[in-house]
Amino acid sequence: MTTTPLNVEALRKDFPLLARTVHDRPIVYLDSASSALQPRAVIDAMARYYETTHANVHRGVYATAEEATHLYEQARVVVGRFIGAPAPADEIVFTKNTTESINLVAHTWARTNLKAGDHILLTEMEHHANIVPWLMLAEDVGLELRYIPVDGEGRLDLSDLATLMARVKLVGVSAMSNVLGTINPIAEIAGVAHSAGAVVLVDGAQLVPHAPVDVTTLGADFLAFSGHKMMGPTGIGVLWARRELLNAMPPFLGGGGMILDVKLDSFRPAPPPGRFEAGTPPIAEAVGLSTAVDYLSDIGLDRIRAHELDLTNYALARLDEKLGSDCRIFGPPAGADRGGVMSLAYRDVHAHDLAQVLDQFGVCVRPGHHCAKPLMRKLGVQATARASLSLFSDEHDIEVLIEGLVEAGRLFG
Amino acid sequence: MGDFDDLYREIILDHYRSPRNRGELESPPAHRVEGFNPLCGDEVVLSLLVEDGKLSDLKIGGSGCSISQSSASLMSSAVKGKSLEEVHQLIHTFKTMMSIHEAHLGKDGENEEPDVIDLDKLGELAALQGVVKFPVRIKCATLSWVALAQGLDEVAAEAS
Repeated sequence: MTTTPLNVEALRKDFPLLARTVHDRPIVYLDSASSALQPRAVIDAMARYYETTHANVHRGVYATAEEATHLYEQARVVVGRFIGAPAPADEIVFTKNTTESINLVAHTWARTNLKAGDHILLTEMEHHANIVPWLMLAEDVGLELRYIPVDGEGRLDLSDLATLMARVKLVGVSAMSNVLGTINPIAEIAGVAHSAGAVVLVDGAQLVPHAPVDVTTLGADFLAFSGHKMMGPTGIGVLWARRELLNAMPPFLGGGGMILDVKLDSFRPAPPPGRFEAGTPPIAEAVGLSTAVDYLSDIGLDRIRAHELDLTNYALARLDEKLGSDCRIFGPPAGADRGGVMSLAYRDVHAHDLAQVLDQFGVCVRPGHHCAKPLMRKLGVQATARASLSLFSDEHDIEVLIEGLVEAGRLFG
Repeated sequence: MGDFDDLYREIILDHYRSPRNRGELESPPAHRVEGFNPLCGDEVVLSLLVEDGKLSDLKIGGSGCSISQSSASLMSSAVKGKSLEEVHQLIHTFKTMMSIHEAHLGKDGENEEPDVIDLDKLGELAALQGVVKFPVRIKCATLSWVALAQGLDEVAAEAS
C-alpha cells in the first residue's frame, strides 16, 4: 500500500525545539528512541489544562473536577483506540512509563501465577526494563530465565522456539529493538507461546510511536509503552492487558484511588483499571499523551512508518556509500522488518567520542549500552552510537550525521 | 570549537593513541582493582604495586572512550614511583580540578575554601582541565583516579 509522503518541512515547524541551535548550528535530533520531541499542540494542551481545568480526578463534584475527570478518562479511551483495544475504558492502565508497566505485571500477574520451577522466556535483545524485573522475580520465586538468541543479522533465531517454550509461563519480547531496530514477529512467537499455555508481554516502547499497532492482531496479552517516546510528555506510560487478565490481577501499589472500601483491618480493591492507579495520577500528562495520539493519528502511523522506512533505507545506503566498511551498522539490513533505529560503530572510535564530535555539528545521538548490556556482550561491543529517526527527520539530517562521522574519523583515526 | 578543542587537546589524543603503562602486574604481590562507568561502558583495571610507602609500579588495563583511557594513561605517568603521600595529594588535586565536591570537604565534613590548584605540579594532567566544560564526561576522566584511590585504600586496609 503506498501512502502519501510526509511534508517534513511543514511538520518540523510543529516542534519548537527544532528551532534550537547548539554550538551555533541547527539541532539535528536523532535520539527519538531515547525520548521524542513534543509538538506545540501537546505543550499547549498541558498548559491549557493547568490554566483552565486542573483539579484532582475521581474525587470531586464541582465543575472543574468533572472536567478534569472527563479529560483523564477520555485520554484512556483515546490511547486505547490508538492501539485497537477492544474495551479501552477497562483495559488501559496509566503508569509512569514502560518500565513501571512491566514491573506492574511482574508484581501482580506473575507473582500470582508463577511458582518455583516455572520458566520465563525473554530475548537477548531485550531492554533492561524487560529483563531486570524478571531477574528480581526469579530470585524471589525460584524461576528459570531463558533467552531467545539473536542471530548474526540482528534477528531473533526462532529455530529452537518450541523447545525453549517448554515450562514457559510468560514470554517477554520487544516489538522493536531499541538498539538494532529489528521489528520482531510477535504474532508468530505468540502463536507458539499460547499453544504452550504461556502469556506474552510485549515491550512496545519503540514500535508503538512509529508504526500502526493493533492489539487484536498483535498476539500480545500485555503491551507496555511510554508517553514520552511517542511525542507525549514524560511521566506517563501505558499498560494494556486483556480484560480477563486484568480482572484477576491483585493491586500493585496501595493507596487512595484504587480501593472500594478501607477498614482498619482490611480493604477492598477497586476494579481495573483504577485498581492499578494508586494515588493522584499524572492527569496533565494524560491530557498531553491524548493530544500526542491525536497528533500522530492525524498524520497517520502508516505514513510515518513509510517515511521512516524510506529514510532508514536512504541512511543505510548513504552510510555505506560514504563510509564503507569503516562504519558498521548493527541490526538487519534495510527492509520491512527494520525500524529507524541505527546503532553504529565507526572504525574504533569510542561511542562517547563519536557522540562528542557529532555534538559539535549539532547532531544528537546516544552513546552507550542503551540499557541492553546482554545484547552488547552478544554483539561483542561495549557501546555503540545510536541514531534514531522520527517523522521530522530528513535526508539533510543524515548528511550532517555523515559529515560528523567523517570528522570524528579524522580526529581519532 | 574552543571548548571542544580544550576537551580533546593534543596531549589527550596522544595518550589515547599511545597509552602509557598498559598491561598487568602479577597479583599478588600487586593489588588489582577495577572501575566501571555503568552509564556508558568505560572500564579500567589497575595493578598497583606498593612497596616501602611508594607506588613503585602500576599498570593499566581496560577499554573505553578517549577521555577515560587518556586520563588513566596520564595518571599512570604522574603517580608511578611516587610516595603514597604524593599520590594521595595528586588524587586530591586532580579531583579538585574536576570540581568534585568531596575534594572540598575538610576532615570534619565542613566545606573549606576551594584549594588554589598549582597547575605546575599537575604537569601534563592539566591537559584534562577542559573536561569540566563537559560535565557528563567528568566521570570518564575520574574513573581511573577513583579506582586508584579505592585500590590504595584496600592496600592500606590489608596492611593494617
